[in-house]
Amino acid sequence: MLRAYSILAYLFLYGPIMLIVLFSFNSGLSAADFQGFSVKWYAKVGGNSLMLAALQTSLIVAFTSAALATLMGTMAALALQRVKGPVRLIFDALTYIAIMVPGIVIGIATLIALVTTFEAANTVLATIWPGDAPLQLHMGYGSIIAAHTLFSMALVIVIVRARIAGMDRSLIEASMDLYADPWATFRQVTLPQLMPAIMAGFLLTFTFSFDDYVVANFVAGPLNTLPIYVFSSIRRGVTPEINAIGTAIMMFSLVMLFSAQLLLRRKSAPQRA
Amino acid sequence: MSAGTATIAVPAVTERKQSGRWLTALLLAPSAIWFFVLLILPLAVVLIYSVGVRAPAGGYQAAFTFDNYLNLPARWTAFKNTLTLAPLGTLICLLAGYPLAYFLAVKSSARWRLILLILVIVPFWTSFLIRTYAWIFILGGRGIPAILDAMGIADVRFINTPFAVMCGIVYAYLPLMVFPIYVSLEKLDKRLLEASEDLGAGPFATFRQITLPLSAPGIITGCMLVFILLMGEYLIPQMLGGGKVFFIGNALVDLFLQSLNWPYGSAVAMGLVVIMLVTVTLYLRATAATGGRRDASLI
Repeated sequence: MLRAYSILAYLFLYGPIMLIVLFSFNSGLSAADFQGFSVKWYAKVGGNSLMLAALQTSLIVAFTSAALATLMGTMAALALQRVKGPVRLIFDALTYIAIMVPGIVIGIATLIALVTTFEAANTVLATIWPGDAPLQLHMGYGSIIAAHTLFSMALVIVIVRARIAGMDRSLIEASMDLYADPWATFRQVTLPQLMPAIMAGFLLTFTFSFDDYVVANFVAGPLNTLPIYVFSSIRRGVTPEINAIGTAIMMFSLVMLFSAQLLLRRKSAPQRA
Repeated sequence: MSAGTATIAVPAVTERKQSGRWLTALLLAPSAIWFFVLLILPLAVVLIYSVGVRAPAGGYQAAFTFDNYLNLPARWTAFKNTLTLAPLGTLICLLAGYPLAYFLAVKSSARWRLILLILVIVPFWTSFLIRTYAWIFILGGRGIPAILDAMGIADVRFINTPFAVMCGIVYAYLPLMVFPIYVSLEKLDKRLLEASEDLGAGPFATFRQITLPLSAPGIITGCMLVFILLMGEYLIPQMLGGGKVFFIGNALVDLFLQSLNWPYGSAVAMGLVVIMLVTVTLYLRATAATGGRRDASLI
């Protein structure tokens, strides 16, 4: 009984995804009935310049925000193991607030804060700018990357700190006993042990940013990211082309996810992020 | 390379302590700045705007009034939908996810367990947009209704109903429910089940008196994760509810991007955050009461 139920549950989890994959190879125009195998929708996606531009934007945003978040989050996680008291409490609270507050609230909050700041800054810039065309601040790459980095950084802090907590201290002590200076110990002992968690953090936050629609929708300004492009295509109607884009996106996320899983599980069996 | 710091001398100890403090501050500075500029500041702006008034052309005009908060009942439907469909969705995820988690942790063979578990988690990390879109595809006019039509059952509509939204919710959040329950069930000492059986308890009594209480931390964590994310949900009601079944998130998008009523929107956002804070506090209390540890883990 339980086994049969579980099989049904897996069908429920994978059926809809399989349907998308199956119909992305449908040669017919209609999304409803399957008329034969074809890769023509993939060819069409490959020639869709709007989609490719959105993909490029998404890759730039995801890479930059994940790199920034991984760097800053790892730095914070390393420092937090050495501090106690109010500083640590404040960072703990901020990390959980950043993860817990819904994306939609983060999105609107960032939007109105940035719009207000930019308006004020642009007025000042217009008066002090020497030339005719003063510098104008506006929404775009900077605002999406900054907003994505916030959530991603909090996620990296949680993941790397979990790894630090499960780390073998005796190796660090051994390194110190062997007269390695702190920097050498960090580079040769601590960092290699943390590397799987850091890489996993990068891949997971890349996936988050690459997949995010809600926050980006508010702070992207005139930019189109891939999820924004896909969302507006869906609003225009269900087409086999969306199935092809969807299949490609899912394959890409799968590769990222499996790399992250492999890294997290390598030599880290007892503890979890 | 970095021989400068490697001086082995007694007076260097305090010096190192001092430099260690500087290093810590330096390491924390970027994230502190980020948290301040992109989390504290924006949330403070929302709080300030929530007591302001809408400028004639849209946006914000400085004021100090609680009218926006007193006016919250005007968006009662969004609050009502969120506060009924989010708990209901959480409950369905629990009822659907528990047997699966139980199967994985207790009944599945050790060889397959990890693979089966990964198969549950994988969909959670694949494109949310595409997974929700799959349900437009299935429930939309040319999906199941077309099949029913061919069978002679005409005029069945699924899309833009609470049912469609619920399908999307359970589909999206089931993995998140299964994982923490699995973790708590996996830790369960199987000998307790045998002992209970030996003492003459039936399967139901064993489940009720041993398995269920011992998996309570996992249940609470799973429910909390799903409930928190559902409270802020926007995409699922937008795509599968088609403006007929909308959540607080959809009201927020409408207020900020369409009617440009930032102060009122800010009050609605504060309302959402307050409801979430209250829930989390209750959660922490409930976890403390069951004496359970948190097993939150998304990866």
